[in-house]
Amino acid sequence: MKLTRTKTFTDEQYSVFIRTYIFPLIAIALFLGIWGMSASQVQTSLGQLPGPTAVFEQASNLVDEHVAAREKEASFYERQEKRNAEKLVKNPDAEIKVRTYTGKATFFDQILTSLVTVFTGFVMASLIAIPIGIITGLSNDLYRSINPIVQLLKPVSPLAWLPIVTMVVSAVYVSDDPMFDKSYLTSAFTVMLCCMWPTLINTAVGVSTVDKDLINVSKVLRLGWFTKVYKIILPSAVPMIFTGLRLSLSIGWMVLIAAEMLAQNPGLGKFVWDEFQNGSSNSLGRIMVAVIAIGIVGYMLDRGMLMLQKKVSWDKSVVLR
Amino acid sequence: MKNTHLNIDHISMEFPTPDGPYVALQDVDLEMREGEFVSLIGHSGCGKSTVLNVVAGLYKATKGGVVLDAKEVNEPGPERAVVFQNHSLLPWLTAYENVELAVKQVFGRFNSKQRKSKAEMKEWIEHNLHLVHMDHAMHKRPDEISGGMKQRVGIARALAMEPKVLLMDEPFGALDALTRAHMQESLMEIHADLGNTVIMITHDVDEAVLLSDRIVMMTNGPAAGIGEILEIDLPRPRDRVELSGNAKYNHYRHEVLQFLYERQRRPGEEVAAVEQEEKSSPALKVVKTEAA
Repeated sequence: MKLTRTKTFTDEQYSVFIRTYIFPLIAIALFLGIWGMSASQVQTSLGQLPGPTAVFEQASNLVDEHVAAREKEASFYERQEKRNAEKLVKNPDAEIKVRTYTGKATFFDQILTSLVTVFTGFVMASLIAIPIGIITGLSNDLYRSINPIVQLLKPVSPLAWLPIVTMVVSAVYVSDDPMFDKSYLTSAFTVMLCCMWPTLINTAVGVSTVDKDLINVSKVLRLGWFTKVYKIILPSAVPMIFTGLRLSLSIGWMVLIAAEMLAQNPGLGKFVWDEFQNGSSNSLGRIMVAVIAIGIVGYMLDRGMLMLQKKVSWDKSVVLR
Repeated sequence: MKNTHLNIDHISMEFPTPDGPYVALQDVDLEMREGEFVSLIGHSGCGKSTVLNVVAGLYKATKGGVVLDAKEVNEPGPERAVVFQNHSLLPWLTAYENVELAVKQVFGRFNSKQRKSKAEMKEWIEHNLHLVHMDHAMHKRPDEISGGMKQRVGIARALAMEPKVLLMDEPFGALDALTRAHMQESLMEIHADLGNTVIMITHDVDEAVLLSDRIVMMTNGPAAGIGEILEIDLPRPRDRVELSGNAKYNHYRHEVLQFLYERQRRPGEEVAAVEQEEKSSPALKVVKTEAA
């Protein structure tokens, strides 16, 4: 009896293992195979469309370039320090100069820039969308008034926003010693304009669909407006708000690449554009590495938001995926 | 009636609909003593909940009004605590925190007459959870406890407001028979201890007879009203097993059943029955005045 039970148990585990790991691996292998075969059929002006092996090669090149650049930077600072130390030995009052390294940004620096930019846009969008969402969710009339505007602006492409944002940023952000690059601000604002809508709409819906009984509880308790919002409405809308935030972040990430391409913000979008303009035989491979990196980062951002959502969600019965 | 504590004074309720106003309640009139336990019974849609919501202050009666201790009720408030049918606990708070929200609101404010200190509030919250036998699961959240336990916490939350009137909207409707019996026992204990005035809506004839001092039987809507009021003259404490053999108890049960299933059939069951109902309603009004 005991034996058979253990056996079925392991069988089950085995099949779970196959389902969770082997099936996706088979699908990936098939995908790579089809990609490799069809890529070899396409000849472009930049040579053959790269298959998985060519892309992998370019990926390791990019890693090597990054490592080399870091070594170069480290040795630059080493030399500078040495030079300054020698100067000080000769003359303790000598004026020493410390220069920062100004090498070309590597692929990984660019990923970091993109992440910083997308978070700036996303945080600004959330700071605007959540309060507006709460206020519009609380009043049906306000929701009705604002809804047409939201619906009108929601589907606008980042490429349409970008020229306007660029002009506004250039006109408004005038400074002799700018703290931020204009390209960074332009990209972040474009991300903000495109990704605030899902959060706004979901927050409004979450707030307006709070269980009527809970509202009655707050009436019986005579909770003040602020306590009602803080203790009942907000917690109850948290799952919806997070659904909105997740949608917003993935839209923001998608929009960012286009924005960076045109605004020339030194992130992944600029990398893709520069490689395209560069037009070497490696360019297509490098662009595909960027495509994969964009996908992986986007996936990780979504997982991160999901983890956060699971942590703050009080409704553990809902399966989040 | 002397010593009127709660006076539901000839209330009528109309709801606007696209086809003109819908009269839900017509001239409901009831006076209650302090500490009295009254059940409202009637078929679904007869406006029981509407009466309760008007007393709670969640609805405003179209005509008439509610007076509690010589003060008119025109908004909801913690002195008329409501136990909702589906417990209505905040799912993100533990049992303790749910009761705490109510206690802080009633006793924690600076302008509150019955202001309690932090330690007193903690003790009071724990005392109320103890009253409904929830000490062991105080720090669990609603999704971690059973339906009966949730309803207990809902009752504790209502009791913790020290209400003058406890309004219960089918509090045990969603529970299984055994849990329900258990909850009824607890409620009788609490009522004996605290002597709150209670209005309870129920569908359950046994529950109504077991718990109430008076049973208010309501006629079917639209324009529902009080059909008959049954005075339950059984000594307390009451024991359900003993009572099941009691002739008086069975007589009361029979009265309620007869009212519900012979005189007030479900609306739309038979056209003939409805017509008969309409003919018999003047007679019912006479009975009502006798009972009052």
